[in-house]
Amino acid sequence: MKRLPTALNSHPLVSREIHWLTAAFLFAAAPHLLRMPLWISGLVAGIAAMRLLQLRLRFALPRKWLLALVAVAAAGGILLQYRTLFGRDAGVSMLVIMLALKLLETHTRRDGMLLGFLGCFLLVTNFLHSQTIPTALYMLICAWFLLATLIGLQYTGTWPGWRHQIQRAGVLMVQAVPLMAVLFLLFPRVQGPLWGLPQDAYAGLTGLSDNMSPGSLNNLILSYDVAFRAEFKDGRTPEAKDLYWRGPVLWDYDGRTWTAPRLTQSTEDLPAGGDLEYTVTLEPHNKRWLFALEFPGQKPPRAIATRDMQLLSFTPVRSRLRYEMTSAIGAAYGADDDRMVLARSLRLPADSNPRAAAFAAELRNRHREDRDLVSAVLTLFRNENFVYTLTPPLLGQHPVDEFLFDTRRGFCEHYASAFTVLMRAAGIPARVVTGYQGGEVNPVGGYILVRQADAHAWVEVWLENAGWVRVDPTAAVSPARVERGIASALPRSDPLPMFVRGDFAMLQRMRLTWDSITYSWNQWVLGYNPERQRRFLSHLGFSEAGWQTLSVVLVVFAGMAVLIGAGLALRDLRGVRRDPAKLAYDRFCRKLSRRGVPRGAAEGPRVFASRAARQRPDLAAAINDITTLYVGLRYAGDSGTAEALQQLERRIRAFKP
Amino acid sequence: MQPLTATLSAAAALKGRILDWIFQWRGPERGTIVLVQRRVFILPTRQGLLFGGVILLMLLGSVNYDLSLGFILSFLLGASGIQSMLHTFRNLANLRISAGRVTPVFAGETAEFHIRIANAARMPRYSVAVTRDRDTADYVDVPADGEAVATVPVPALRRGWLRPGRITLFTFFPVGLFRAWSYADLDMHCLVYPAPVNPGLPLPRLQAGDGKGGAQGLGQDEFAGLRPYRPGDSPRHVAWKAVARNDLLMTKQFAGRVAAELWLSWDQLPPELDSERRLEHLARWVLDADAEGLAYGLRLPGSVIPIDSGAAHRAECLRALALHETAADRP
Repeated sequence: MKRLPTALNSHPLVSREIHWLTAAFLFAAAPHLLRMPLWISGLVAGIAAMRLLQLRLRFALPRKWLLALVAVAAAGGILLQYRTLFGRDAGVSMLVIMLALKLLETHTRRDGMLLGFLGCFLLVTNFLHSQTIPTALYMLICAWFLLATLIGLQYTGTWPGWRHQIQRAGVLMVQAVPLMAVLFLLFPRVQGPLWGLPQDAYAGLTGLSDNMSPGSLNNLILSYDVAFRAEFKDGRTPEAKDLYWRGPVLWDYDGRTWTAPRLTQSTEDLPAGGDLEYTVTLEPHNKRWLFALEFPGQKPPRAIATRDMQLLSFTPVRSRLRYEMTSAIGAAYGADDDRMVLARSLRLPADSNPRAAAFAAELRNRHREDRDLVSAVLTLFRNENFVYTLTPPLLGQHPVDEFLFDTRRGFCEHYASAFTVLMRAAGIPARVVTGYQGGEVNPVGGYILVRQADAHAWVEVWLENAGWVRVDPTAAVSPARVERGIASALPRSDPLPMFVRGDFAMLQRMRLTWDSITYSWNQWVLGYNPERQRRFLSHLGFSEAGWQTLSVVLVVFAGMAVLIGAGLALRDLRGVRRDPAKLAYDRFCRKLSRRGVPRGAAEGPRVFASRAARQRPDLAAAINDITTLYVGLRYAGDSGTAEALQQLERRIRAFKP
Repeated sequence: MQPLTATLSAAAALKGRILDWIFQWRGPERGTIVLVQRRVFILPTRQGLLFGGVILLMLLGSVNYDLSLGFILSFLLGASGIQSMLHTFRNLANLRISAGRVTPVFAGETAEFHIRIANAARMPRYSVAVTRDRDTADYVDVPADGEAVATVPVPALRRGWLRPGRITLFTFFPVGLFRAWSYADLDMHCLVYPAPVNPGLPLPRLQAGDGKGGAQGLGQDEFAGLRPYRPGDSPRHVAWKAVARNDLLMTKQFAGRVAAELWLSWDQLPPELDSERRLEHLARWVLDADAEGLAYGLRLPGSVIPIDSGAAHRAECLRALALHETAADRP
């Protein structure tokens, strides 16, 4: 029994509750703390430690004005660190620090609940950084813990223990799953963003860029990140040598760096005969390129195709994007490109790479036919002492000259760059194409997984009557790169991300299985967007339904889910199975009551028996026997219970007052 | 002003009727009240609304940043919140409320009504609160297939029967996002004795000719022992040394006075006192006489309680004083 204010809000928290709140907060903030600058993590950990220490030592907590001062100082620090207060990382840092400070002035139940709610919000911010399965599981556990903490604030009597708290929260969440599923599937989805996103919202997305200079692809190739996955219809996976995933096309060269033109002409005229059908699930890379096998036979929705066969999304790809594609492998195109276009693909900066220019002129003299000249250069790459390596020497002012005639060690970008320069110098229109080559077939999931490590650069030359023709000088140097992937092409001493080489069959298998799980996760959980929702609804038979119908559908299904939840929750209201001895004894009491000897509400069996015996001396013996049997059964836990119970029931049946 | 007042009172009456209809207020009920589902009401608390706001914020963020897992987490927590409504509801539903023990008090004291809360379900109920004044509440846990007793204090202002009126049972458990409540108007009564005047008039002189010497009861006290203090005991008889020893109020009892007897009579009181005042003086006398171990009788206009002594007699006299000329509305 405990007299408390009707509203528990101002009820002070006990140590246990503050321990729980601190722990729940730290769990929810842990992934952020590991990412944040050390001073912020240190500050937050220090504040939490101080709160816990205060519970033990009971010193006075800092005053409000001091906390405000710390908050302002922290905001200043964040401003210095991130140059803004409103960016994604700065905002999250601010939130974490504020919550930690709130911990120092959490004294009442109201404070505790507020902290719990804000902790829930903190959980969501973790998804800004990662939405993988492990993150999801971790956050689920955090949410569970937070809910248990909130429940812990509600006990007013004796605390039934942490197990009870955890179990309560678990039951609550499990029973909420049907409603959650309905809301997830049917709650109207809007394509974000609703408001402007901070500058750094997409920081850290990797992918190809619109320029290429010696060494720029290396970083990408060291990345184990997934670029995209492609699932071929009917399992018609093309051969490895045909897997050229076309990305940015680079036209302009300043002697060192290749860049893509700012403006490109769009076209509706895509190669016919694209009979290879597949679905690409592209990871966000914050650029507009959509990747397709050479050459795309259609363009995805909300995208354009350019004359140089790039697919460009209207907006940068900032969320995982799934699109259907068809490709015509080895199709010819661009034979009718006009001189203006071709002129741009012949341009070279003056005074750069003079030795290459001279060499090209010499080749031109030897080979009148463009095709001959192309194969002559390829032969040169193949036969001379060129090495394919990820760790080439640094190149100076004339990188192509130095590469061709001095170092001869390079990576795909060196070969592509040098080859294009030679072509242009020899008067053959040429340009660099970047993208991805190859990919790893995942037999578990039945798709091809393309990583950033598969980034590649190759060349296109324009030949009379044929149009643009792909030439891969890297393949001339290292055929294995194209046929068996990058791991087999590089010397073992070259650094590559772990697992790319696939040395251990067992690990390889596990890795592929895990990736196919990730793929499904991406497809069905993370990739559930407005488009998918429309498709799901049309599966349910609500295609082209207006929002009124959809609201009704949502309400009906949500109502059903709540009913399921109610059924689960109210099940526990069922009564306890009565003790048969108690039931028999109640019958006995009713018999006596009918004869004018009612049992008082607070009267124990023995007291009642002695009173009843006094009132009805004629029944005293029977009353005493029955009471002794009953008390033995119910309170003393007599052995031979079944027998004693039978005897009790027999006696009560025979009891005729 | 007149029409406005009329409109206001009509509105108040309408509001009363609507509340009556919604909450099914039906006056005192006898026996056990079962909080069937129709009697349990539920609304979100301020914290519940705040939680809803936080969930909404989480959803907005998820839309903006296109966080599928953000949707899932928001929906999971939101659905858990809604599910907690059912859990709050079931924490109160099907409880059986009945009247418990009530001890008579003197006017000016606080009557404590014991409310028995029985739980026939196989799950325990936590933090079930009982309140009448809406300021403070008694929180109890009711074990599975068990019972708990909550106390409702009611200030006893006037003598006579005191009813607790409509009490409210409510709970925030398990998450505090919702408040489920129910009303119970138990048919229970507390007897309120008139507040004894303090200090009172001296006891009337013992009746002459009662066969025993009047002087016998006076002066020659023979200390007979201690008993726990009861409200109304004369401060003169409190064993203050015993209080100092063990913090318990004890009253000294004296033997050798049982023979003395006296009549406490309405007419013996000064005529300028009004009837309530008279009852308070009589209550004082009853307590004093009882404390001194005297045998006494009570004469009121219209009723007489013969001379006797002891706790039951004392209670009978006080009861007569409490109910004197009241409509004994106890059924």
